[in-house]
Amino acid sequence: MKTETQTNIGEANMARRSFLRFAGAGVAGVGLLAASSCHKDHGVTPPSGTVDVGSGDIGVLNYAYALEQLEAAFYTQVVATPYSGMSSTELSYLTQIRDHEVLHRNFFKTALASNAIIGLTVNFSAINFSSRTSVLTAAKAFEDLGVTAYDGIAYYIQNPAYLAIAGSIVSVEARHAALIGNLLTLGNFATSDQVSASTSLNVSNTPSTVLAAANTYLTTKVTAKSFA
Amino acid sequence: MNLFSIIEEIEKVDPEFNERVSPRRDAIKNITSFGSKVALAAVPFALGTMFKKAYGQAASSSVLSVLNFALTLEIIESTFYKTGTGTSGLVTDTAYIGQINTDEANHVAFLTSAITAAGGTPVTASEFTYVDFTGGAGSQNGPFATVFSNYQTFLAVAETFEDTGVRAYKGQAPNLLGNQTYLTAALDIHAVEARHASAIRYLRTSKYGATVNPWITSTAADSNDTGITQVDANYAGATPENTTTAGGVNLLTLPSIESGSSTSVAVATAAFDEPLTMTEVLAILIPAFVNVNG
Repeated sequence: MKTETQTNIGEANMARRSFLRFAGAGVAGVGLLAASSCHKDHGVTPPSGTVDVGSGDIGVLNYAYALEQLEAAFYTQVVATPYSGMSSTELSYLTQIRDHEVLHRNFFKTALASNAIIGLTVNFSAINFSSRTSVLTAAKAFEDLGVTAYDGIAYYIQNPAYLAIAGSIVSVEARHAALIGNLLTLGNFATSDQVSASTSLNVSNTPSTVLAAANTYLTTKVTAKSFA
Repeated sequence: MNLFSIIEEIEKVDPEFNERVSPRRDAIKNITSFGSKVALAAVPFALGTMFKKAYGQAASSSVLSVLNFALTLEIIESTFYKTGTGTSGLVTDTAYIGQINTDEANHVAFLTSAITAAGGTPVTASEFTYVDFTGGAGSQNGPFATVFSNYQTFLAVAETFEDTGVRAYKGQAPNLLGNQTYLTAALDIHAVEARHASAIRYLRTSKYGATVNPWITSTAADSNDTGITQVDANYAGATPENTTTAGGVNLLTLPSIESGSSTSVAVATAAFDEPLTMTEVLAILIPAFVNVNG
């Protein structure tokens, strides 16, 4: 049974676990505790498994929860193993972003309760955490993706309270995205791949587009079969 | 459709939302009073426009009111940036601010086309009897008197305009619930306003010695993190920026990396941006910055 302590151990130890390369180490977030002791319906999915976000508003919230898990794990790693030459200003900003994403993740986990999907196993092997360019490029990709994801799923939401929550979060992700763009190149706070040059509207994406990108950083693949 | 009939339309929609989501809004609902209710203007659902062909969806009168409210704000912002970038010697970061200026002009054009295509009548700048970016109710000598003569004042005003625009769009999103075409478009614009807000904040801090984060970082005592007390109202409202709950969850009790059992006010307030109602936005704008034809 997953408890908060176990989850924290799992997430706080991301840095060590990533070096274990999942070789018999179990699903991140559940840790090395006996998997057989978990009796929840959504169970423990093997690291190479797939999880679907579900349908309706629960599906939307789980979709957001999945993306926030990815971002929280990424920034936790970034701050745990800062890239060469990270300035104190950059460390401060990245630590704050980490804290925001961890809060977003924990918020959705709490709000979803027994409806939450499992803790996802991430795969950051394509990212060089000692390289500023590699890390910030990945960060920009995650933030940009998050904005397009929230914007693209919002019309499915039926409960106005959940739409309000999504609205509260997506603008913060956009603030993050703009900052990361600026850190990479000053002035790149609204690049034309993300903000249309003709209408100046931000891109929005379907869940399948978003998850195709997100799943390249996930060993546990996420699907959203009930959404377009 | 003039601004007052927009207000009437929104008030038909807002109270339901307000009562569902936050009973505290009752206190705010009655701040402004615009006389007797005007008759609902018939909105023709004209066919065959470019926008409607692209999106294939007519808009209800309440959706059109939301779009016209958004357009009103975009016209104000666009006028602000056009004036600033057009003032010789004011703006130093010409490409940076120029991008924002272009975006706001594009937003005006987009919303104007969208409203027209959906059969509505878009507001125009002629709605305003005056626009006063000094915040002086038409005197052009308000608290931000140097807005177009001092670049730092211009940037400070820009920062709050952007933060407020984000909150205004956010407040209207629930009025577009379930509307694939217009909710998505509104959120897509809202995201860009948030990018702008972050960009202005970053510029002010990284280059000009301000101490603001790209995100609004409040304290328990003070929602307003800008250091400019005249704009307190922009960070307040029924759901102020220093709100530390979301969906009934007390964010401060959630674990953070720093603590297994709590999250700081700074993180909780920065991680969630909060809405302003249309009434709250209009109270900020009118009469300090604009007034409208009756």
